Amino acid sequence: MRLSRYGYLIREGFRSIFTHGFMSFASVTIIMACLIIMGSVSLLSVNIDALIKDLEDENEIVVFVDEEIKDTADAAALQGSIEAVPNVASVQFVSRDDAMDRFMNQYDEDFGVGIDSDVFRHRFVIQLADIALMSSTKAELEAVPGVAKVNAHLEYASFFVTVRNIVSVVSLVLIVILVFVSVFIMSNTIKLATFGRREEIAIMKMVGASNGFIRLPFVVEGLVLGILGGGLAFVAEWGLYSLVSSRLVSGLAGSFISVVSFGTVAMPVFIVYMATGILVGAFGGVNAIRNYLKV
Amino acid sequence: MVHMKNVRKVYESSNTLALDGIDLTIEDGEFVFLVGPSGSGKTTIMKLITGEIRPTSGEIIVNDFDMSKIKRRKLPKMRRTLGVIFQDYRLIENMNVYDNVAFAMRVVGAANKDIKKRVPYILELVGLEGREKRLPNELSGGEQQRVAIARALVNNPRMIVADEPTGNLDPVRSLELMLLFEKINEMGTTVMVVTHEKELVNAFSKRVITIDGGSLISDGMDGYYSYEIE
Repeated sequence: MRLSRYGYLIREGFRSIFTHGFMSFASVTIIMACLIIMGSVSLLSVNIDALIKDLEDENEIVVFVDEEIKDTADAAALQGSIEAVPNVASVQFVSRDDAMDRFMNQYDEDFGVGIDSDVFRHRFVIQLADIALMSSTKAELEAVPGVAKVNAHLEYASFFVTVRNIVSVVSLVLIVILVFVSVFIMSNTIKLATFGRREEIAIMKMVGASNGFIRLPFVVEGLVLGILGGGLAFVAEWGLYSLVSSRLVSGLAGSFISVVSFGTVAMPVFIVYMATGILVGAFGGVNAIRNYLKV
Repeated sequence: MVHMKNVRKVYESSNTLALDGIDLTIEDGEFVFLVGPSGSGKTTIMKLITGEIRPTSGEIIVNDFDMSKIKRRKLPKMRRTLGVIFQDYRLIENMNVYDNVAFAMRVVGAANKDIKKRVPYILELVGLEGREKRLPNELSGGEQQRVAIARALVNNPRMIVADEPTGNLDPVRSLELMLLFEKINEMGTTVMVVTHEKELVNAFSKRVITIDGGSLISDGMDGYYSYEIE
């Protein structure tokens, strides 16, 4: 195919967007709407996941050092062995003096009169990489020489793991359903848009146009509409998300939940929106005219 | 050139026998009327020639292409040897006269300079000079059909196939159009006109092929309507 012919077909694709203005508008709007619904559910799921992760992080394990190890430096030296245990994400050493200070801070000044720091043990406050493995990590920590006792709230851990799993499954199912529904709606809109042009395609076939010649303007048109739909959906999602999250943070909910900033998820959202827009636009266009090419 | 040998066509969806053993040859440079009542099989013959459908059995050669065996990807090449004209013109509504004609040249990959030279010449040939910028809905029926003829002619096809081209036109415009077809035929292009307009056929001394009930009833070279249509 000559280069000038490609130029003509690409121009035709762009021209067609304007000559079939209403259907182009409908296609872009549907692509946008589907992506925003899909994206909003995904972002809600990301936020719920982050919230659960925050709560999990607050569920610490406390490792008490054997009372035989009195010296602070000796106790602190155990940090290396504890850090070597798999699934340990962070370790913070708390000396018996620090432990007493923390304890005293929670009560009146008079309450601590006469209590000696020897009552408290040196300890390590640990956060885990995966809370689901808390039970096995606890056992491994208990096996570290110099460790007297490990305090871990296994029941909380299993609760969080269950909640996280349910949220993951529910959001995954929801997203998969939405993807199918969206692709179905989007491809049907494009089919509807091309239905009115079946006569035009029949004429092209009758004057001897090859399938490639007929397809290319539809691919260009679908691609442009898809990019437009994906881009506009991204901008709209950005605005919508920022609005809702700022309302949440400034409102009552902001005191107990934190919202994932759009900046941290912007790139993946942009890539997914554009990729979906391009795929649905281009393949939707080709798929929609497939039947009309069989003449 | 069209050569049909013992062609049968059965529409499987309705189990209808549309053509029953047609033998027919149209030589290069001929002018032929294909006539017959509604449902006689005229349109089926036309669709077989343009490759829209395939025969159930028999042999069809159109401009050296074997239509019973032709591969789908070869169809565009075959169609470029034909110029097809329909009763309802089938113009692209959002393209002006010039673009509707130029479009057929673009399909075959013609260079822009050739398009700029050829399209005005063909529009002049069919009497549409000065109408280049008009959209189809701004033209009369006769003018629209002339655009369709210009489109069919622009790639210099070996054969023009016209399906009821005067069906939407008054008698004067119909006659003008037939004279145009005669002019095109005199320039060397084979012309096949599918019609059921008795007076129009009788106004020309041309070969008339008559079909009824899927069979060839008569094939006369004497130029008059040899079969009375009910």
